Amino acid sequence: MADVNRGNRPLSPHIMIYRPQMTSVSSIMVRISALGVFAVSILVVWWLLAASTSESAFAGIDAFLRSWFGDIVLTAATWGLWYHTLGRLRHVLWDFGYCLEVDVAEKLGLGMFVGATVLTLITVLAV
Amino acid sequence: MVQLTLPKNSRITTGKTWPKPEGATNVRKFQIYRWNPEDDKNPQLDTYFVDMDSCGPMVLDALIKIKNEIDPTLTFRRSCREGICGSCAMNIDGINTLACIYGMDEIKGDVKIYPLPHMPVVKDLIPDLTHFYAQHASIMPWLETKTNRPAKEWKQSIDDRKKLDGLYECVMCASCSTSCPSYWWNGDRYLGPAALLHAYRWIIDSRDEATGERLDELEDPFKLYRCHTIMNCAKTCPKGLNPAKAIAEIKKMMVDRSV
Repeated sequence: MADVNRGNRPLSPHIMIYRPQMTSVSSIMVRISALGVFAVSILVVWWLLAASTSESAFAGIDAFLRSWFGDIVLTAATWGLWYHTLGRLRHVLWDFGYCLEVDVAEKLGLGMFVGATVLTLITVLAV
Repeated sequence: MVQLTLPKNSRITTGKTWPKPEGATNVRKFQIYRWNPEDDKNPQLDTYFVDMDSCGPMVLDALIKIKNEIDPTLTFRRSCREGICGSCAMNIDGINTLACIYGMDEIKGDVKIYPLPHMPVVKDLIPDLTHFYAQHASIMPWLETKTNRPAKEWKQSIDDRKKLDGLYECVMCASCSTSCPSYWWNGDRYLGPAALLHAYRWIIDSRDEATGERLDELEDPFKLYRCHTIMNCAKTCPKGLNPAKAIAEIKKMMVDRSV
Protein backbone atom coordinates (compact mmCIF):
# COMPACT_ATOMS: atom_id res chain seq x y z
CA MET A 1 0.00 0.00 0.00
CA ALA A 2 2.66 2.43 -1.06
CA ASP A 3 0.01 5.01 -2.01
CA VAL A 4 -0.81 5.72 1.62
CA ASN A 5 2.80 5.59 2.74
CA ARG A 6 4.31 8.89 3.68
CA GLY A 7 8.07 9.17 3.55
CA ASN A 8 10.19 6.07 3.41
CA ARG A 9 8.24 3.95 5.85
CA PRO A 10 9.11 0.25 5.79
CA LEU A 11 6.46 -2.41 5.23
CA SER A 12 6.02 -4.59 8.28
CA PRO A 13 6.81 -8.30 7.75
CA HIS A 14 3.82 -10.48 6.89
CA ILE A 15 3.82 -14.04 5.51
CA MET A 16 7.39 -14.62 6.70
CA ILE A 17 6.50 -14.06 10.37
CA TYR A 18 2.84 -15.13 10.56
CA ARG A 19 2.53 -18.57 12.14
CA PRO A 20 0.96 -21.01 9.63
CA GLN A 21 -2.67 -21.61 10.58
CA MET A 22 -4.89 -24.56 9.70
CA THR A 23 -7.26 -21.96 8.27
CA SER A 24 -4.75 -20.37 5.89
CA VAL A 25 -2.75 -23.52 5.01
CA SER A 26 -5.84 -25.58 4.10
CA SER A 27 -7.05 -22.62 2.02
CA ILE A 28 -3.87 -22.01 0.01
CA MET A 29 -3.53 -25.76 -0.58
CA VAL A 30 -6.84 -25.66 -2.48
CA ARG A 31 -5.20 -23.30 -4.97
CA ILE A 32 -1.85 -25.08 -5.08
CA SER A 33 -3.56 -28.44 -5.66
CA ALA A 34 -5.51 -26.92 -8.57
CA LEU A 35 -2.32 -25.57 -10.14
CA GLY A 36 -0.63 -28.97 -9.75
CA VAL A 37 -3.57 -30.83 -11.24
CA PHE A 38 -3.65 -28.35 -14.15
CA ALA A 39 0.03 -29.00 -14.86
CA VAL A 40 -0.45 -32.79 -14.79
CA SER A 41 -3.57 -32.54 -16.98
CA ILE A 42 -1.29 -31.11 -19.68
CA LEU A 43 0.73 -34.35 -19.49
CA VAL A 44 -2.45 -36.41 -19.84
CA VAL A 45 -3.60 -34.34 -22.86
CA TRP A 46 -0.12 -34.79 -24.32
CA TRP A 47 -0.50 -38.56 -23.79
CA LEU A 48 -3.89 -38.56 -25.63
CA LEU A 49 -2.61 -36.33 -28.46
CA ALA A 50 0.45 -38.54 -28.87
CA ALA A 51 -1.80 -41.60 -29.08
CA SER A 52 -3.53 -40.07 -32.09
CA THR A 53 -0.30 -38.83 -33.68
CA SER A 54 2.18 -41.65 -34.07
CA GLU A 55 3.31 -44.82 -32.40
CA SER A 56 6.76 -43.44 -31.57
CA ALA A 57 5.33 -40.22 -30.06
CA PHE A 58 2.98 -42.30 -27.91
CA ALA A 59 5.72 -44.69 -26.82
CA GLY A 60 7.81 -41.84 -25.34
CA ILE A 61 5.14 -40.18 -23.18
CA ASP A 62 3.55 -43.54 -22.32
CA ALA A 63 6.88 -44.84 -21.04
CA PHE A 64 7.28 -41.71 -18.93
CA LEU A 65 3.78 -41.89 -17.43
CA ARG A 66 4.20 -45.59 -16.69
CA SER A 67 7.65 -45.24 -15.11
CA TRP A 68 8.06 -45.10 -11.32
CA PHE A 69 8.42 -41.32 -11.60
CA GLY A 70 5.23 -41.11 -13.65
CA ASP A 71 3.50 -43.14 -10.94
CA ILE A 72 4.56 -40.62 -8.32
CA VAL A 73 3.39 -37.67 -10.46
CA LEU A 74 0.00 -39.22 -11.20
CA THR A 75 -0.54 -40.34 -7.60
CA ALA A 76 0.28 -36.81 -6.40
CA ALA A 77 -2.15 -35.42 -8.99
CA THR A 78 -4.83 -37.81 -7.77
CA TRP A 79 -4.29 -36.53 -4.24
CA GLY A 80 -4.48 -32.97 -5.54
CA LEU A 81 -7.70 -33.67 -7.41
CA TRP A 82 -9.34 -35.19 -4.33
CA TYR A 83 -8.06 -32.43 -2.07
CA HIS A 84 -9.32 -29.74 -4.43
CA THR A 85 -12.70 -31.47 -4.72
CA LEU A 86 -13.08 -31.63 -0.94
CA GLY A 87 -11.90 -28.02 -0.62
CA ARG A 88 -14.50 -26.85 -3.12
CA LEU A 89 -17.20 -28.81 -1.26
CA ARG A 90 -16.16 -26.94 1.88
CA HIS A 91 -16.69 -23.71 -0.06
CA VAL A 92 -20.19 -24.85 -1.02
CA LEU A 93 -21.02 -25.38 2.67
CA TRP A 94 -19.59 -21.96 3.50
CA ASP A 95 -21.51 -20.24 0.72
CA PHE A 96 -24.74 -21.59 2.22
CA GLY A 97 -23.62 -20.15 5.56
CA TYR A 98 -22.71 -23.41 7.30
CA CYS A 99 -19.53 -24.49 9.10
CA LEU A 100 -18.16 -20.97 9.46
CA GLU A 101 -17.12 -21.41 13.11
CA VAL A 102 -13.34 -21.52 13.47
CA ASP A 103 -13.18 -24.91 15.19
CA VAL A 104 -15.50 -26.52 12.61
CA ALA A 105 -13.63 -24.97 9.67
CA GLU A 106 -10.34 -26.23 11.12
CA LYS A 107 -11.73 -29.75 11.54
CA LEU A 108 -12.91 -29.67 7.93
CA GLY A 109 -9.42 -28.51 6.90
CA LEU A 110 -7.83 -31.47 8.68
CA GLY A 111 -10.57 -33.66 7.19
CA MET A 112 -9.56 -32.50 3.70
CA PHE A 113 -5.95 -33.64 4.22
CA VAL A 114 -6.98 -36.98 5.73
CA GLY A 115 -9.88 -37.47 3.30
CA ALA A 116 -7.76 -36.74 0.22
CA THR A 117 -5.13 -39.22 1.44
CA VAL A 118 -7.67 -42.00 2.11
CA LEU A 119 -9.47 -41.40 -1.21
CA THR A 120 -6.12 -41.42 -3.05
CA LEU A 121 -5.20 -44.77 -1.48
CA ILE A 122 -8.58 -46.19 -2.50
CA THR A 123 -8.15 -44.80 -6.03
CA VAL A 124 -4.63 -46.23 -6.35
CA LEU A 125 -5.77 -49.65 -5.10
CA ALA A 126 -8.87 -49.68 -7.30
CA VAL A 127 -7.24 -48.51 -10.55
CA MET B 1 -0.40 -8.67 -5.89
CA VAL B 2 1.15 -11.53 -4.02
CA GLN B 3 4.52 -10.60 -2.55
CA LEU B 4 6.55 -13.17 -0.69
CA THR B 5 9.47 -10.91 0.19
CA LEU B 6 9.84 -7.47 1.73
CA PRO B 7 10.94 -4.33 -0.17
CA LYS B 8 14.62 -3.48 0.21
CA ASN B 9 14.08 -0.76 2.83
CA SER B 10 11.95 -3.12 4.94
CA ARG B 11 14.28 -6.11 5.30
CA ILE B 12 14.97 -6.85 8.93
CA THR B 13 18.53 -6.87 10.27
CA THR B 14 19.90 -8.10 13.58
CA GLY B 15 19.76 -5.36 16.18
CA LYS B 16 21.12 -4.62 19.58
CA THR B 17 21.18 -7.14 22.42
CA TRP B 18 20.42 -5.35 25.65
CA PRO B 19 22.08 -6.53 28.90
CA LYS B 20 20.41 -9.15 31.10
CA PRO B 21 18.97 -7.98 34.42
CA GLU B 22 21.44 -8.66 37.24
CA GLY B 23 20.60 -11.27 39.86
CA ALA B 24 17.41 -12.38 38.13
CA THR B 25 16.71 -16.11 38.02
CA ASN B 26 13.48 -16.23 35.99
CA VAL B 27 14.45 -14.43 32.77
CA ARG B 28 12.63 -14.46 29.42
CA LYS B 29 14.03 -13.40 26.09
CA PHE B 30 12.11 -10.92 23.94
CA GLN B 31 12.86 -10.16 20.30
CA ILE B 32 11.20 -6.96 19.22
CA TYR B 33 10.93 -5.19 15.86
CA ARG B 34 12.51 -1.73 15.89
CA TRP B 35 12.50 0.98 13.27
CA ASN B 36 13.36 4.62 13.81
CA PRO B 37 12.28 7.13 11.13
CA GLU B 38 15.05 9.48 12.24
CA ASP B 39 17.99 7.38 11.14
CA ASP B 40 18.52 5.87 7.72
CA LYS B 41 18.78 2.27 8.87
CA ASN B 42 16.60 -0.72 8.00
CA PRO B 43 14.29 -2.22 10.63
CA GLN B 44 16.07 -4.43 13.17
CA LEU B 45 15.23 -7.05 15.78
CA ASP B 46 16.41 -6.01 19.24
CA THR B 47 16.84 -8.57 22.00
CA TYR B 48 15.78 -7.83 25.57
CA PHE B 49 15.81 -9.94 28.73
CA VAL B 50 13.02 -9.43 31.26
CA ASP B 51 12.97 -10.61 34.88
CA MET B 52 9.60 -12.35 35.01
CA ASP B 53 9.59 -12.46 38.84
CA SER B 54 9.03 -8.70 38.89
CA CYS B 55 6.79 -8.46 35.82
CA GLY B 56 3.01 -8.60 35.34
CA PRO B 57 1.44 -11.57 33.52
CA MET B 58 0.56 -9.99 30.17
CA VAL B 59 2.76 -9.22 27.17
CA LEU B 60 1.93 -5.52 27.57
CA ASP B 61 3.28 -5.65 31.15
CA ALA B 62 6.61 -6.85 29.75
CA LEU B 63 6.67 -4.14 27.06
CA ILE B 64 6.00 -1.44 29.65
CA LYS B 65 8.69 -2.91 31.90
CA ILE B 66 11.19 -2.83 29.03
CA LYS B 67 10.28 0.79 28.27
CA ASN B 68 10.50 1.80 31.93
CA GLU B 69 13.62 -0.07 32.96
CA ILE B 70 15.69 -1.02 29.92
CA ASP B 71 15.04 1.08 26.82
CA PRO B 72 12.82 4.19 26.99
CA THR B 73 12.94 4.60 23.21
CA LEU B 74 10.82 1.46 22.59
CA THR B 75 7.63 2.79 21.01
CA PHE B 76 4.16 1.20 21.00
CA ARG B 77 0.51 2.20 21.40
CA ARG B 78 -1.41 1.26 24.53
CA SER B 79 -4.16 2.73 26.61
CA CYS B 80 -6.85 0.77 28.48
CA ARG B 81 -4.85 -2.40 29.31
CA GLU B 82 -8.09 -4.44 29.33
CA GLY B 83 -8.91 -5.26 25.69
CA ILE B 84 -11.39 -2.44 25.10
CA CYS B 85 -9.45 0.31 23.32
CA GLY B 86 -7.76 -1.87 20.70
CA SER B 87 -4.57 0.22 20.75
CA CYS B 88 -1.98 -2.43 21.56
CA ALA B 89 -2.73 -4.77 18.65
CA MET B 90 0.51 -6.32 17.36
CA ASN B 91 1.94 -9.58 16.07
CA ILE B 92 2.96 -11.64 19.10
CA ASP B 93 4.39 -15.15 18.76
CA GLY B 94 3.28 -15.28 15.12
CA ILE B 95 -0.35 -14.23 15.52
CA ASN B 96 -2.12 -10.88 15.78
CA THR B 97 -3.60 -10.06 19.16
CA LEU B 98 -3.85 -7.41 21.87
CA ALA B 99 -0.72 -7.31 24.04
CA CYS B 100 -2.78 -6.35 27.11
CA ILE B 101 -4.93 -9.48 27.15
CA TYR B 102 -2.40 -12.00 25.82
CA GLY B 103 -0.77 -13.88 28.67
CA MET B 104 2.94 -14.62 28.64
CA ASP B 105 2.07 -18.18 29.74
CA GLU B 106 0.42 -18.71 26.33
CA ILE B 107 3.81 -18.39 24.62
CA LYS B 108 6.39 -21.16 24.43
CA GLY B 109 10.03 -20.15 24.24
CA ASP B 110 11.26 -16.69 23.25
CA VAL B 111 8.70 -13.94 22.73
CA LYS B 112 8.80 -12.42 19.24
CA ILE B 113 6.92 -9.18 18.70
CA TYR B 114 6.35 -7.40 15.36
CA PRO B 115 3.99 -4.63 14.30
CA LEU B 116 0.71 -5.69 12.63
CA PRO B 117 1.69 -7.42 9.35
CA HIS B 118 1.93 -5.78 5.92
CA MET B 119 1.40 -2.22 7.10
CA PRO B 120 3.56 0.90 6.71
CA VAL B 121 5.48 1.36 9.98
CA VAL B 122 5.43 4.77 11.69
CA LYS B 123 7.91 3.71 14.37
CA ASP B 124 8.78 0.40 16.09
CA LEU B 125 5.48 -1.40 16.83
CA ILE B 126 3.24 1.38 15.49
CA PRO B 127 1.64 0.78 12.09
CA ASP B 128 0.03 3.52 10.00
CA LEU B 129 -3.71 2.80 10.18
CA THR B 130 -4.83 5.76 8.00
CA HIS B 131 -5.99 3.57 5.13
CA PHE B 132 -7.64 1.07 7.51
CA TYR B 133 -9.68 3.85 9.15
CA ALA B 134 -10.59 5.36 5.77
CA GLN B 135 -11.96 1.97 4.69
CA HIS B 136 -14.03 1.82 7.87
CA ALA B 137 -15.40 5.32 7.18
CA SER B 138 -16.27 4.27 3.62
CA ILE B 139 -18.87 1.72 4.77
CA MET B 140 -20.93 4.49 6.46
CA PRO B 141 -20.56 3.30 10.06
CA TRP B 142 -23.65 5.11 11.30
CA LEU B 143 -27.43 4.70 11.35
CA GLU B 144 -28.83 5.84 7.98
CA THR B 145 -32.58 6.58 8.04
CA LYS B 146 -35.15 8.00 5.64
CA THR B 147 -38.38 8.06 7.63
CA ASN B 148 -39.13 10.99 9.92
CA ARG B 149 -37.23 11.11 13.16
CA PRO B 150 -39.30 9.55 15.98
CA ALA B 151 -40.28 11.65 19.00
CA LYS B 152 -37.94 9.68 21.27
CA GLU B 153 -35.44 7.04 20.14
CA TRP B 154 -35.30 4.61 17.20
CA LYS B 155 -36.83 1.53 18.76
CA GLN B 156 -35.65 -2.05 18.25
CA SER B 157 -37.11 -5.35 19.46
CA ILE B 158 -35.07 -7.59 21.72
CA ASP B 159 -34.77 -10.16 18.90
CA ASP B 160 -33.53 -7.55 16.41
CA ARG B 161 -31.06 -6.24 18.96
CA LYS B 162 -29.69 -9.79 19.37
CA LYS B 163 -28.66 -9.75 15.70
CA LEU B 164 -25.97 -7.22 16.59
CA ASP B 165 -24.31 -9.51 19.14
CA GLY B 166 -20.96 -10.72 17.88
CA LEU B 167 -20.65 -7.60 15.74
CA TYR B 168 -20.91 -4.50 17.94
CA GLU B 169 -18.11 -5.73 20.22
CA CYS B 170 -15.43 -5.02 17.59
CA VAL B 171 -12.84 -2.57 18.93
CA MET B 172 -11.23 -1.81 15.55
CA CYS B 173 -7.81 -3.07 16.58
CA ALA B 174 -7.03 -4.21 12.98
CA SER B 175 -5.77 -7.64 14.10
CA CYS B 176 -8.14 -9.43 11.71
CA SER B 177 -7.52 -7.35 8.59
CA THR B 178 -3.75 -7.57 9.01
CA SER B 179 -3.91 -11.36 9.50
CA CYS B 180 -5.67 -11.81 6.14
CA PRO B 181 -3.45 -12.81 3.17
CA SER B 182 -6.07 -11.35 0.85
CA TYR B 183 -5.81 -8.02 2.67
CA TRP B 184 -1.99 -8.22 2.48
CA TRP B 185 -2.02 -8.59 -1.29
CA ASN B 186 -5.09 -6.49 -2.16
CA GLY B 187 -5.57 -4.21 0.83
CA ASP B 188 -5.64 -1.13 -1.37
CA ARG B 189 -9.00 -2.17 -2.83
CA TYR B 190 -10.29 -5.05 -0.67
CA LEU B 191 -12.03 -3.63 2.41
CA GLY B 192 -10.80 -6.39 4.71
CA PRO B 193 -12.58 -8.28 7.51
CA ALA B 194 -12.87 -5.41 10.01
CA ALA B 195 -14.57 -2.93 7.67
CA LEU B 196 -16.82 -5.68 6.26
CA LEU B 197 -17.86 -6.85 9.74
CA HIS B 198 -18.86 -3.25 10.46
CA ALA B 199 -20.67 -3.04 7.11
CA TYR B 200 -22.72 -6.10 8.09
CA ARG B 201 -23.38 -4.69 11.56
CA TRP B 202 -25.27 -1.77 9.89
CA ILE B 203 -26.82 -3.88 7.13
CA ILE B 204 -28.65 -6.13 9.60
CA ASP B 205 -29.54 -3.35 12.04
CA SER B 206 -33.38 -3.34 11.96
CA ARG B 207 -33.40 0.46 12.37
CA ASP B 208 -31.18 1.14 9.37
CA GLU B 209 -32.96 2.09 6.14
CA ALA B 210 -30.07 2.09 3.67
CA THR B 211 -29.57 -1.68 3.23
CA GLY B 212 -29.89 -1.48 -0.57
CA GLU B 213 -27.36 1.35 -0.88
CA ARG B 214 -24.98 -0.42 1.46
CA LEU B 215 -25.13 -3.63 -0.61
CA ASP B 216 -24.76 -1.63 -3.87
CA GLU B 217 -21.63 -0.06 -2.48
CA LEU B 218 -20.13 -3.48 -1.62
CA GLU B 219 -21.07 -5.22 -4.89
CA ASP B 220 -17.56 -5.04 -6.31
CA PRO B 221 -15.01 -7.70 -7.26
CA PHE B 222 -12.49 -6.24 -4.82
CA LYS B 223 -14.29 -4.50 -1.93
CA LEU B 224 -16.19 -7.64 -0.87
CA TYR B 225 -15.28 -10.55 -3.11
CA ARG B 226 -11.54 -10.68 -2.36
CA CYS B 227 -12.65 -12.58 0.74
CA HIS B 228 -11.87 -16.23 -0.02
CA THR B 229 -12.97 -17.50 3.40
CA ILE B 230 -9.40 -18.12 4.51
CA MET B 231 -10.64 -17.42 8.07
CA ASN B 232 -7.37 -16.18 9.60
CA CYS B 233 -9.51 -13.19 10.71
CA ALA B 234 -11.85 -15.21 12.90
CA LYS B 235 -8.96 -17.35 14.15
CA THR B 236 -6.98 -14.36 15.39
CA CYS B 237 -9.70 -11.94 16.63
CA PRO B 238 -8.76 -11.10 20.24
CA LYS B 239 -12.45 -10.47 21.00
CA GLY B 240 -13.54 -13.87 19.65
CA LEU B 241 -15.65 -12.37 16.84
CA ASN B 242 -16.14 -13.98 13.43
CA PRO B 243 -15.73 -11.52 10.52
CA ALA B 244 -15.66 -14.46 8.04
CA LYS B 245 -19.22 -15.34 9.02
CA ALA B 246 -20.37 -11.71 8.70
CA ILE B 247 -18.83 -11.52 5.22
CA ALA B 248 -20.49 -14.82 4.22
CA GLU B 249 -23.84 -13.35 5.34
CA ILE B 250 -23.27 -10.28 3.13
CA LYS B 251 -22.46 -12.56 0.17
CA LYS B 252 -25.68 -14.50 0.83
CA MET B 253 -27.69 -11.28 0.87
CA MET B 254 -26.13 -10.34 -2.49
CA VAL B 255 -27.39 -13.63 -3.96
CA ASP B 256 -30.79 -13.38 -2.26
CA ARG B 257 -31.54 -9.96 -3.71
CA SER B 258 -30.50 -10.93 -7.26
CA VAL B 259 -32.62 -14.11 -7.56
